[in-house]
Amino acid sequence: MIELKEVNKSFSDLKVLDDISIQFEAGKTNLIIGQSGSGKTVLLKSIIGLHEVDNGHVYYDDRDFTQMNFNERKLIRKEMGMVFQGGALFDSLSVEENVRFPLDMFSEMNEDEKIGRVKFCLDRVDIKKAHKLYPAEISGGMQKRVAIARAIALNPSYLFCDEPNSGLDPVTAILIDKLIQEITKEFNMTTIINTHDMNSVMEIGEKILFINKGVKAWEGSSEEIFDTENQSLNNFVFASNLFKKIKKEL
Amino acid sequence: MNIIENIGQYILFLNRVFSKPERGRVFFAQIIKEIYKLGVNSVGIVVIISVFMGAVISLQTAYNLVNPLLPDYLVGYTTRESMILEFSSTIVGLILAGKVGSNIASEIGSMRVTEQIDALEIMGVNSASYLIFPKIIAAVFINPFLYILSVFVGIGGGLLASSFANVVSVSDFLYGVQNDFIPYYITYSLIKTLVFAFIITSIPSYYGYFVSGGALEVGKASTKAVVNSSILILLANLILTQILLK
Ligand SMILES: Nc1ncnc2c1ncn2[C@@H]1O[C@H](COP(=O)(O)OP(=O)(O)OP(=O)(O)O)[C@@H](O)[C@H]1O
Ligand SMILES: [Mg+2]
Repeated sequence: MIELKEVNKSFSDLKVLDDISIQFEAGKTNLIIGQSGSGKTVLLKSIIGLHEVDNGHVYYDDRDFTQMNFNERKLIRKEMGMVFQGGALFDSLSVEENVRFPLDMFSEMNEDEKIGRVKFCLDRVDIKKAHKLYPAEISGGMQKRVAIARAIALNPSYLFCDEPNSGLDPVTAILIDKLIQEITKEFNMTTIINTHDMNSVMEIGEKILFINKGVKAWEGSSEEIFDTENQSLNNFVFASNLFKKIKKEL
Repeated sequence: MNIIENIGQYILFLNRVFSKPERGRVFFAQIIKEIYKLGVNSVGIVVIISVFMGAVISLQTAYNLVNPLLPDYLVGYTTRESMILEFSSTIVGLILAGKVGSNIASEIGSMRVTEQIDALEIMGVNSASYLIFPKIIAAVFINPFLYILSVFVGIGGGLLASSFANVVSVSDFLYGVQNDFIPYYITYSLIKTLVFAFIITSIPSYYGYFVSGGALEVGKASTKAVVNSSILILLANLILTQILLK
């Protein structure tokens, strides 16, 4: 479980996060949704410590991450996996070496165990043949899958994904979403996903945080999202004609 | 950012670069890779410019030796002195600042803008140390060899050019090359080479590491890296010469 208590973040004069408090639960896909520029990426980066919060606290299973120094954080970092918006695969390393990288850096595994673990992770995301290729040689959807494989290499307790399905076609997008959800259940991870895709919300939105201009505007599940009275959330959910139509039929 | 802030940030950055590597074996493998990338891949350009510069220096000297009282062997002597003192350290340093510097700045810069550096940080890897420490060690190790290579190849180029142009006999040239040799000049130039190697790797790394934005900014950072490391090389050259040759 990851808990945020009154998290604030500004960049010079610009207040980006305003008093955000919420609990993200283990074994669930927790979504952060909101319009472009609402502060989703900044919130995710504040949770994982790529941005320092101005005040407030982030707890990883009751351990206060915000109060830790570099070395204390490092221990928690080993329990984290992150899938970046663009994949962020190391382009000088092959697919296989990318997944192996965290093992080389942080595990005490021997050579055979490493090879086995790399194979397991790549199999898990359904990468069968591309082991020796480089990131520039595989498609965007494959890059995302390799990024997921790398993120789960060390068997993390916490998984973060920044718009994991952006730039993908609807079929592949849902496959990636489902994959993340399955892995979350399988390993009982606390997974936090940034998205502005209503398809993802409907498919895997077990717990949803809606932020609007840096403020927490709503929290709930995908079942509750259609019944909301919240005007800004309504505008977000029913922005497309498809969902307007669904609303009429409801 | 003004110059004082830049220097401050650079020093803090170096402080992060020079911290204990996560894994000895990974670190060692990185160094080998960088020696190949920064050193072995630069052999070609160093050889080419050294041959030509040695050749030009010897011809210029020969054609300027109009006074019959000056001996022919001065051609060999001058070529050797120019290569050892200035050319193989400073000029090769400047050329490498362009080649290696732009390579490093764009490599690190594109890792920054594609979030690869963030990916390292989130894993708990000290990205500055992991990426840059091996580059600095590799260049400091390999550049003295490039220096020595450049001296020999340059003198060879001078010998070839002056004998083909028939301006001085081979034996005179070789006599000049061996005449009045001061070993300390080699020490002086090797010290310069080490300092330049540090500049050529650390300054572009710094500019690459703090890029923000996209491909355009990576290009700008790479230009800035080359310009500023070249200026620093010239400055360091002046200061070291004053200190070491006084
Ligand atoms: N490093 C930074 N320095 C200054 N301002 C920033 C920085 N990062 C983000 N911001 C600002 O914070 C606000 C929120 O940005 P953020 O990237 O979190 O949006 P987002 O919700 O992720 O949008 P998108 O869906 O387009 O990715 C924006 O106004 C942005 O300009
Ligand atoms: Mg974003």
